[in-house]
Amino acid sequence: MKNVIKQKVVALNGNEAVAYAVKQSDVDVVAAYPITPQTIIVERFSEYVANGEVETAFVCTESEHSAMTACLTAALTGARTFTATASAGLALMHEMLFVTAGCRAPVVMAVANRALSAPLNIHGDQSDAMAQRDSGWIQLYVENAQEVYDTVIQAFKIAENPNVLLPAMVCFDGFIVSHSLENVNVLPDDAVKAFLGMRQFPTVLTHDGVKAPFRLDPEHPMTLGPAAFPNYYFEIKRQQVEALKNALSVIRQVHDEYAELSGRSYGNGLIEAYRLEDAEVATVCLGSTAGTTKIVVDELREEGVKAGLLRIRTFRPLPVDDIRRALQDVKAVAVLDKCISFGGFGGPVFHEVRHVLYDLDKRPVLVNYIYGLGGRDVPPWQIRQVYEDLKGILKEEKVKEPVNYLGLRE
Amino acid sequence: MMGMFEVRWHGRGGQGAWTASELLARAAVHEGKYIQSFPEFGPERMGAPVTAFTRISAKPIRLHCAVYEPNVVVVLDSTLMKTVQVAQGLARNGNLIINSKEAPLEVRKTLAYEGKVWTVPATEIAIKILGAPITSTAMLGAVARVTGVVSLESIKKAVEERFRRDVAEKNFAVIKEAYEEVRSE
Repeated sequence: MKNVIKQKVVALNGNEAVAYAVKQSDVDVVAAYPITPQTIIVERFSEYVANGEVETAFVCTESEHSAMTACLTAALTGARTFTATASAGLALMHEMLFVTAGCRAPVVMAVANRALSAPLNIHGDQSDAMAQRDSGWIQLYVENAQEVYDTVIQAFKIAENPNVLLPAMVCFDGFIVSHSLENVNVLPDDAVKAFLGMRQFPTVLTHDGVKAPFRLDPEHPMTLGPAAFPNYYFEIKRQQVEALKNALSVIRQVHDEYAELSGRSYGNGLIEAYRLEDAEVATVCLGSTAGTTKIVVDELREEGVKAGLLRIRTFRPLPVDDIRRALQDVKAVAVLDKCISFGGFGGPVFHEVRHVLYDLDKRPVLVNYIYGLGGRDVPPWQIRQVYEDLKGILKEEKVKEPVNYLGLRE
Repeated sequence: MMGMFEVRWHGRGGQGAWTASELLARAAVHEGKYIQSFPEFGPERMGAPVTAFTRISAKPIRLHCAVYEPNVVVVLDSTLMKTVQVAQGLARNGNLIINSKEAPLEVRKTLAYEGKVWTVPATEIAIKILGAPITSTAMLGAVARVTGVVSLESIKKAVEERFRRDVAEKNFAVIKEAYEEVRSE
């Protein structure tokens, strides 16, 4: 790309990369409560505040429920707003996540994915964010420290787009990304500022019948988040569905614009198809496992195996058409879930991918692997085993067990 | 540099194993290399065994898992060798670098490892120069000498970024002395 801007390479862990991106994004309000493995984000950001490097109002709350409430209300006044959490903290926000989405408050939140208790575990898996997938938030899952930096910046522009106006979660694997120091290319401050611009507001009619920007402003009083009973509630929910649909094209557009500026792209912003063109066997996953899987795919390709990978970057809204196009010609697909949907038929990503492919006349054989729970390490040979299993399925033309557990003692 | 270079650091909580793994990675960034540095989080208590890892490569690192077959293992505290299998996964052509004032031949007797063993009196150097038994930077100096994976100049830059000026100067003195004193059989 010819117009790529000159950037600085720094060593940052995932959490520091998030804090740095937020610092550059000219954020007005940060309200947060620390929780492992996200704590470093809030620590670093509070240093920026204490050192006068940002003009952000920093609110230390007594719980995550209050942090999200503070973010919701700040965002409704027109403030660019950020918070970060994980695991039990995200679970405690549950009620307010729905309120934030329902009020159309474009809060951006970094989630350092961590397991849920019990038993107590501070390590990474995606159970926390998956439990909030129906809250109305945009959910982006990233692979490494570089992508979490890039995506936090993109998330503000996506969330604040007047055709979207929804909160967005940027999810990254706890410890694996949050605490790993990696090379991160950072944009100049001015470039980020110019890329994001000021928050844009759709124009709405106030109670007085005048046109005004959609935000709480004493000059133009309006009520946000009032009660809506059976006569209106349903229509408001339908509008959220439409906003999430709009987000599909906005995520792509923002991703492409950012790619032009930075020289970095992640598939089309919705999905990343890796060596899938002529693939016979493929895996589907979210997050950092995709990096390790790419190495395995390259090795298999060298051995003559037609292997590929689909990384779903945008899980909410689900890029249905993109997933169909990517997987329709693959013969056997294994979906990897870092989460259990207890009592369900496989994990949540498996549900979605299998569901999306159901309408195709010709569709791949699909199997599910639950893996990496509570931070269980996922080395390349574990992933290779999945591809070996897929080869076996093709050879024997039979699936023995649709839902499997990878790297588990049984 | 060919392929991926991996280091595993063994220390106790508070000794700076994670700091050492980060400083090595940061030094490599100054040489235009790709890096990863991460801890293996267990019980985070002062004195409890801690493991940290460094990866260095000429190409972007896509791998996101623990280090299983390191090129180098560094032991910040030799008492760990009684309870931790420090040479696990270390190749025969690898290097095992131990903080000890004993000769490598003496230390080898307590180990099930056939590759090259190095010792450096890191605790003594640290106490002499820093006034405290913080051995992370001394071991970093030893790694630089044994492997040549990064230059002393790059380590100096990393240390200067990480520490206050006077602390950085003392730590770099520690690094240089350990660089000179580390020895093999």
